[in-house]
Amino acid sequence: MASKKDEPGFEALYQRLEETVARLEQGDLTLEESLALYEEGMKLAKRCQEILQQAEMRITRLQESFSEGLTAVGEETETYEPEYEPAVAQDELPLE
Amino acid sequence: MLESISVSRLARYLKDVIEGDLKLSNLWVEGEISNLSRSTRGHVYFTLKEGAYALRCVMFQRQYRGAPLDNGAQVLAHGNVTFYEQRGDIQLVVDFVQPAGVGAKQAEFERLREKLAAEGLFAEERKRQLPAFPSCIGVVTSPSGAVFHDILRVISRRWPLAEIVLAPTPVQGVRAAIGVTEAIRQLNERPCTDVIIVARGGGSIEELWAFNEEIVARAIFASTVPVVSAVGHETDYTIADFVADVRAPTPSAAAEIVAPDWQQVWRQVRALMQAGYTAVDGPVRRRLSGMEAAGHRMRAAIPDPSRRLEQIAAMVRHAGAVLGRGMDGRSQGANACALQLRSLDPRATLARGYAVVQLREGKQAITSVHQVKGKDRLDVHVKDGRFPADVSRQYGF
Repeated sequence: MASKKDEPGFEALYQRLEETVARLEQGDLTLEESLALYEEGMKLAKRCQEILQQAEMRITRLQESFSEGLTAVGEETETYEPEYEPAVAQDELPLE
Repeated sequence: MLESISVSRLARYLKDVIEGDLKLSNLWVEGEISNLSRSTRGHVYFTLKEGAYALRCVMFQRQYRGAPLDNGAQVLAHGNVTFYEQRGDIQLVVDFVQPAGVGAKQAEFERLREKLAAEGLFAEERKRQLPAFPSCIGVVTSPSGAVFHDILRVISRRWPLAEIVLAPTPVQGVRAAIGVTEAIRQLNERPCTDVIIVARGGGSIEELWAFNEEIVARAIFASTVPVVSAVGHETDYTIADFVADVRAPTPSAAAEIVAPDWQQVWRQVRALMQAGYTAVDGPVRRRLSGMEAAGHRMRAAIPDPSRRLEQIAAMVRHAGAVLGRGMDGRSQGANACALQLRSLDPRATLARGYAVVQLREGKQAITSVHQVKGKDRLDVHVKDGRFPADVSRQYGF
């Protein structure tokens, strides 16, 4: 996600999704408004799901300032093989 | 070359020597209390004795806080050695007293806990909420050993969306306290960090001691992001645990607390999609049947309702399509409505060979022989357009 700095993170997307659904549930909207909100909500939900599925843990190691006998390693980032299965069973895929 | 020195100079020199000596500050001294007395201002004076040796002590009123002081009591007293110039006395200025027998480490723990509690470092209302979906988790621990690996394993299973930033530090020995302090500071400097785990595996009280040091407590307190502490075994409590926003029993448990469960979040997203669908489905359905009725009425009332009907049909198609994208099976209802509405479109009737006849002037559709008279000019609408026609001259005569 660091490569797309402009894109809101998962937390922001999820929060907007919650707000969108809450607004829909609140009602008192015109048909056009509720359809537009619904479309917006589905886009947010899809993006949340994409992020969840593409997750690949990144690990950064800072320089150690006060170690004994260790040489400074500087800052480096590696990716970590997740131990979970990212694939979700097809019948579990929701609403799309 | 013998020269005299004034009392004041010597007294100031002695004060500098004694109070400048780090070995004489932050001391724990064990002895038996005697000569206990209280001044009218609330200061407490006593002597600590051991056999033939004695040390004058004072405990000022604001430090006293009901310390357990009794003549004959064996105590551990914490404080700094000072030189009192007006009387030429060397004395221990005591700020904390523990009954003897608990050990200096335990006494220091109690002293610091009481002091920091009084300052509000452990206050419940200061505890911050952890982020629901952390994007960057800082970890302060030793780079070697099982602790970091345990934390990685848990987070990669539960919440691999996060970036893990390890701020490596020794977690025991003389450099541990300053290392942990520095690591917390470094992580705070990174704008992306949204929660910090401070962790160490189990060990003796000496091995865990860094987490009872004041600078570590203050670093946790100063952190701008929430801190989860996980030091030692479940039964070990350190000062760091009291200051932290959340105390976890073990490093793995800290990772579980910080990282939400990926599958649970997936289900939450699905539930929100379902809720959104339910919220929009009912109103759309009601509106569709309303439009259907409106279509009927317009067809009856308006000569050329086809354009309005087309708009409605487009809207219905759009609604059907949006909902259809949302949930295929359930969109059938909406599609059926759309089809039904389309069959009401007058163009479908024209396509079957019927025509609509309008007066050119006035534009009203002709539905009765009484609407026309001889020589009226008409427009006849058929499936693919219209053509003009005239009513015969003799009509109506």
